[in-house]
Amino acid sequence: MLELKNISVKLGEFQLKNINLQLEKGDYYVLLGKSGVGKTVLLEIIAGLIKHRAGQVILNNVDITNHKIQNRKVGIVFQDYSIFPHLNVWQNILFPIKKRKISKKRKEELVKKFAELTNISHLLDRNPQNLSGGELQRVALARTLITEPVCLLLDEPLASLDVQLKNGLRNLLRKINHNGVTILHVTHDYEEAIALSNKVAVVHEGEIIQKGLTKEVFKRPANEFVANFTGIKNFFIAEFLPENIAKINGKIQIKVSNKANLQKGRIIIRGEEIILSNNKIESSATNNFKGKILQIIPYLANYEIIVDIGIELSVVISEESLHILSIKEGYEIWASFKSTAMKVI
Amino acid sequence: MYKNKLRSLDIVFIFLGGLVLLFIISPLLGMFLSTTPIQLFETSKDPEVLKSIWLTLRVSFLATIFFAIGAIPLSYFLARSNFRLKKLINGIIDLPIVIPHSAAGIAILGFISRDSVLGKIASSVGLNFVGHPVGIALAMAFVSIPFLINAARDGFENVPVKLEKTALNLGASPVRVFFSISLPLAWKNILSGLVMMFARGLSEFGAVVIVAYHPMITPVMIYERFGSFGLKYARPISVLFILICLIFFILLRALTKEKEHRNA
Repeated sequence: MLELKNISVKLGEFQLKNINLQLEKGDYYVLLGKSGVGKTVLLEIIAGLIKHRAGQVILNNVDITNHKIQNRKVGIVFQDYSIFPHLNVWQNILFPIKKRKISKKRKEELVKKFAELTNISHLLDRNPQNLSGGELQRVALARTLITEPVCLLLDEPLASLDVQLKNGLRNLLRKINHNGVTILHVTHDYEEAIALSNKVAVVHEGEIIQKGLTKEVFKRPANEFVANFTGIKNFFIAEFLPENIAKINGKIQIKVSNKANLQKGRIIIRGEEIILSNNKIESSATNNFKGKILQIIPYLANYEIIVDIGIELSVVISEESLHILSIKEGYEIWASFKSTAMKVI
Repeated sequence: MYKNKLRSLDIVFIFLGGLVLLFIISPLLGMFLSTTPIQLFETSKDPEVLKSIWLTLRVSFLATIFFAIGAIPLSYFLARSNFRLKKLINGIIDLPIVIPHSAAGIAILGFISRDSVLGKIASSVGLNFVGHPVGIALAMAFVSIPFLINAARDGFENVPVKLEKTALNLGASPVRVFFSISLPLAWKNILSGLVMMFARGLSEFGAVVIVAYHPMITPVMIYERFGSFGLKYARPISVLFILICLIFFILLRALTKEKEHRNA
């Protein structure tokens, strides 16, 4: 469907090296990476907005590397929406089909159809200056979808929206994808990848360091960067001793359930599976460590507690637990987790 | 303490600024006050004067429109492309502003006289640009075109390239992108450049008088009346011309403002 072969580009300070990516029809592919690693550049290369040094862009078995921008049939939606400020919403959505040789009535039907899909039918006679970020994003989507692109390229579409709008737009993107539109979506937010994609590629320092099915990438991060980036914080390199013991950083010994006959390996412990308590508790958890609370980071629904037990553990707890345990920075606390809560990868 | 200092500084600035404003206003006001309504009325009935004002307005207007056809694309090109000689070209565009306008007139005269290539082509079809409205238009355009090019270039530079790329991505041809995105978004600057070019053309004397004493544009006629009859006779026509120019600019400004308002 869409295939990138050995794309390389150098723009000022940063560069993209040998990017290879393959999207199948109907894929929702998320390109995950920190800001400024060239994810947007890659989208612009696919759309033909930037000339690249080497490599090919292939769409439906046709090499479009040197095709003109207007003939590529890929629709790009920019992070800043790029809505034409001198046209109202109706005119913006109509723009791509205005010169098409179809009846005026048909054009009107199409504008209405895509406005309805993106839930902006009530905004059609408004000027862009009077719209919110979420509304502009929907206008940009409707305007691109009306071109019926073979592939939709989204540049951080949820980045500047608040939570409520984010959820609405996520649902819309899912709907668009379910309607058969192949999507390549770049973001720095792993939650978007989990929420939307079936495949994901992680970009770091100009290269794709891991790609595959989203489930696989999140389950088996290829290295610490991916692990950190995909939101799994407790990621350690361990030496395995006899009797299912893993030694981390040469000091902490943890009981593991299965070391898969490795001498050295990586361990991940999900922060949600670590129990905090003020006293040592008797339970099925075989790993119990006394530690010091280094940091309390509030999130929307819960808190991340960084506990130093010789290694830094990231523990996720609810607000209720925070109050029950009267957790404060600098306090001592017990952290317990089952050996089965750990994954040796 | 600081507040007091600032206040005395303000007073100095207001005083100095006021002097400059007074310097601009008083000669004009003096001229208006020493022209009686009767003189003005008489002048406005003088067919020679009216013919001259009409000629000046028409020639400057046509010169502006005609040269805009080339100047606007040039501005777009300068705003969008980067090449080695760009600075040199920008400098060349500003040349007519900095050279003496009489010298510009001499240059234009050489360019359109019967001995020049252009002059020869024109005389082959029975035209002589010297002493002809076309010659006047060329002289006016020469000294006024930098105002249009610079304003339009600034206008195009302010149009985000991304909007143009977006339009291309949405399937529009480059020609359509220019006419439906770049031009409308830069239009405010272009319009103000057109008004400036028109205004500068209207007021040109030095270059025009060398290319064509006759037919007489109003600035030349003011000079002629002053030379032949003195200050008293040059005044009413000056006042009338200024008034007509002012009416035009107020109308054009209103037009620009309305456009701005609609875009907001």
